[in-house]
Order: sequence, then C-alpha cells, then structure tokens
Amino acid sequence: MTDGPVTATAMVRAERVHKRFGRVEALRGVELTVAPGEVTVVIGPSGSGKSTFLRCINHLEQITAGRLWVDGELVGYRQDGDRIYELREREVARRRAAIGMVFQRFNLFPHMTALGNVTEAPVRVKRIPSSRAETDARRLLERVGLADKIDCYPAELSGGQQQRVAIARALALEPKLMLFDEPTSALDPELVGEVLAVMRGLAADGMTMIVVTHEMGFAREVGHHLVFMDDGVVVEEGPPRQMFAEPQEPRTRAFLSKIL
Amino acid sequence: MPTRASGAGPTSSGDAIRAIPVRHWGRWVSAAAIAAALGWLGWSAVRSGFVDGAQVRHYQFSRLILEGLRATVVLAVAAQTAGIVLGVVFAVLRLSKNVVASWLSGAYIWFFRGTPVLVQLFFWYNGVPSVWKRITIGIPFTHLTLYSARTVDFMTPFMAAFLGLALNEGAYMAEIVRAGILSVDEGQVEAAQALGMTPLLTMRRIVLPQAMRVIVPPTGNEFISMLKTTSLASAITYGELLRRSSDIYSTNLDVVPLLVVASLWYLALTTVASAGQYALERRYGRGLRR
Repeated sequence: MTDGPVTATAMVRAERVHKRFGRVEALRGVELTVAPGEVTVVIGPSGSGKSTFLRCINHLEQITAGRLWVDGELVGYRQDGDRIYELREREVARRRAAIGMVFQRFNLFPHMTALGNVTEAPVRVKRIPSSRAETDARRLLERVGLADKIDCYPAELSGGQQQRVAIARALALEPKLMLFDEPTSALDPELVGEVLAVMRGLAADGMTMIVVTHEMGFAREVGHHLVFMDDGVVVEEGPPRQMFAEPQEPRTRAFLSKIL
Repeated sequence: MPTRASGAGPTSSGDAIRAIPVRHWGRWVSAAAIAAALGWLGWSAVRSGFVDGAQVRHYQFSRLILEGLRATVVLAVAAQTAGIVLGVVFAVLRLSKNVVASWLSGAYIWFFRGTPVLVQLFFWYNGVPSVWKRITIGIPFTHLTLYSARTVDFMTPFMAAFLGLALNEGAYMAEIVRAGILSVDEGQVEAAQALGMTPLLTMRRIVLPQAMRVIVPPTGNEFISMLKTTSLASAITYGELLRRSSDIYSTNLDVVPLLVVASLWYLALTTVASAGQYALERRYGRGLRR
C-alpha cells in the first residue's frame, strides 16, 4: 500500500481502522480524512469509539488493522516497500511531540506549577533553553487568559483554569494537530464557556483540530466538518449545519433528536 | 415560583454556646492505675541494684559508646541510601515490559526477602571470602586490572554488613517503590506520553515525584527499622553501638546499665528519624489536595 495523493495533503487519514481490546472491537473500520486547518468535530453516543479513535491518532492505543496516517506518516509504524516495521518508543515519542492532546480530566502534573506544566515538554523533550521556554510559556498562559495564575499549582485552580493550562501545555510544543478528548465534560456548567472560548480562538488562528465533544453549539458554530460515530464506525459526516438540519442516516437522526 | 431576596447577611457569633463539658472519670482512674504499676516496676528495678543511674550517666557519653553510635549511624545511612537506589531500580525493572528485567527483579526480591538478614550477613562475612578467594575488577579479554584484592581483605565487617543490609533493604524498598509507582494516576503517564516524553523521562519527571507521597512514609519506617537492624552487625564483629556496649559489659559485667545506655541512644536516633520523616512528608505533599 502506498501513500495516495489524498494522504499527501491530509493532516489525518484513516483507512478501515480497527481496534480490538481482547474480545471487544472498539473500532470496526473507521474511514476519515482531516484537511489541514480544518476543525473536525466528532460526536456520538458513549462507547461509540470516538475517544478510542482519537487516542489511536496519538498512538496512545495501537490500531489492530487498517492504516492511519498523520501528516503523511504512518502512526506507530514505518513502511519500507511492502514491509511494515514497528517503531521504537523513542521514535513514537518524537512523533507524538508534534501532536497536542487535551484530556477530559485535564491530567495536569500536580507537582508542578502552571508555568512548570507548560515548560516541561519544551525543556525536557525539545531541549529548548529554559529561559526561552519560560518566555514562551508566559505568552501562552496569557493567551489562554491565565497571566495571573502562572505560579499556581493545579490544585489551586478551578476546572476551567486547569483545562486552559492543559491547552497551553499542549500548544507549547507548537503542534501541527490538536486533539481534544471531551475537553469540557468534566467541567461545572459555568466553566465550559471559558474553555470553549480558547478553543474558538485556536480555530480562528487556523489550527487543525479534532474535537470529541457533546457541545453541539460549538460543533455548529466552530466546526468545519462534523462526524457522527456509532458502534465503532463513522456513520455520517458532512458540514455541521447541514447535518444538524437534515441528517441522512436514521441512527444520526435518532442520536440528534435525543440531545438537541 | 418567583425568587425572593431574604435580605439576611452573615450574623455575628456573639451568642456562642457555653456548655459544661462531659467529665471523663474513667480516664483519671485508669491513668492512676497505670502510673502506680509503672512506678512499682521502676522502683523494684532500682531496688534490685542492677539498674544504676550513675553507671548509665557515666557510660552514656563515653568514648567507646560514641564511636559505636557513629558507626551505627554511618552503617544505617549508607545501607538505607543504597537500599533506596536498589529499590527504585528493581521496582522499575519489575514493572518493565522487558520479560528478562521483570523476572530478574522478581527473583531478587524473592531471594532477599525470603532469607533472614542475619544469615545474609554471615554469608557475606564468612561465606563469600571462602568461596571466591580474590576480587578482581579489570577490562575483560585484556590484562588491564583496575582493582584486585583478596576477598578476606576486601570483606571487612563494615563491607559485609553494608552489602547484607543494603541488598536486603533493596528488596523491601523495591516493593514500596512499586506500590508508589502504581498509585500514580494512569492519566499522568498518558499526558506525559502525549507530550512526547520517553518512558524513562516520564518515570523520572512525572511518575516518581508523585509516587514519593506514597513512598516516603513507609521508607521512614524502613529507616527507623534499619537503625535498629544494624545491631545485627554486632554478630559479625562490626563495632556499632550494641557491639561497643557488649565489649564493655563483657569485661566489667555492668550488663543492664550498658543495655540501657544503648537503648537510650537507639530511642534518640529513632526520635530524630521520625521528625525527619514528618518533615519529608510535608515536603512531598506540596501542591496536592489530599
């Protein structure tokens, strides 16, 4: 299998991606293409495989069948002619550094301040001098509206503030792709807006984003491309407004009628 | 229903409750009974003539005892430090995906936890020098030798006690560190991985610092235990606190005062260690809610 012309331009391309956990098949042939600069919003019922798919893109899970490319490179593997070689940890780590990820439960490092969280990867992974990393980190924390919380530990921050630090932490590596795994699901309702506002800003700056979320307002207003997943496959995809207005598939219709 | 403002702000606490507390008569009675029992025990001991306060005071700060005290502290600190390093290494190996590493670590823990420390000390002191006559460190397949000595000369009482206690401690510390590593939220590892951190870097920068909160309290216990376990080294003629005490009482037969002297020093050491443990726990609780 060679890289087709679509792969060359796509930021993410998935072909018949399968993921099996023991007896459970979480992904059963996902097909998806994400163009650079595009905001793709993935929706679907819980257990539909949307988070699993997101984690596969970053190689937090290894796919069991199919092909998955990020920016023209196979995820987790190296292809040489017809042969596929598993990548070493170091190489996987290097590729992960080019992809930012934001988690539902923030996963900030509790023993480091906001600033420490943001500078950790640039200093330790990219070996950027700490003075420069710190300047960059201050700028990033300012960008997410937390200039006054730089020296706070995660435990001293609200959920919304923690998630914004987490976004700044992911941006510190200047990723070409940002993955959001239900970034607002663990937040109190009044804190959702501040996180979505930061994500809106990122989208406006042209960041390529894949967002798994239940925020339909965000999907409608910010998303360029809406993907509905159910039972381990992409059931329907298209422009958000069109899909919300006239869903084609009965399963999409059933899901949307429950949440809208 | 329309909302309604109550208009009531916080009130002052001027009308605090002043109640007569419950009297605990049982506590007074039991305290008196315990004091009486302990008093009788102490008085009868002094009356026997074997516990001599003047003797205790005389030996408490004598040169030989202080030398023993120093030797005890040196051995305990050295063995515990080496034990912690070994513990971290073997815990990481135990949790490694590498089957050889994991198996090796399991075998180490099994062996050193499964045999008595005293036997291990005798083994290092008496067994090893008779089995392996010379110790040579050199570059293989060349004639370059960096170090060479007869094993008997190398295996001093201190060296044997250090090796025995450190290797034994390493096995216990490995289990403590492993528990600490497993206590760290899986999401922390994922976040570090997503930032492109390698497994080793993740362990060093993210997992171990957080595992410290779980590792420190039992490690404090281990060190307190180590301070006392060093007394076993007296059996292989290492001149620590107990050995020095028994050296003295084997000539003058003041057994009880010297055992009291040694015990008071052990109590002093463990008290200081407990205070240190408390300070460390506070240090590693930093930035954490719980």
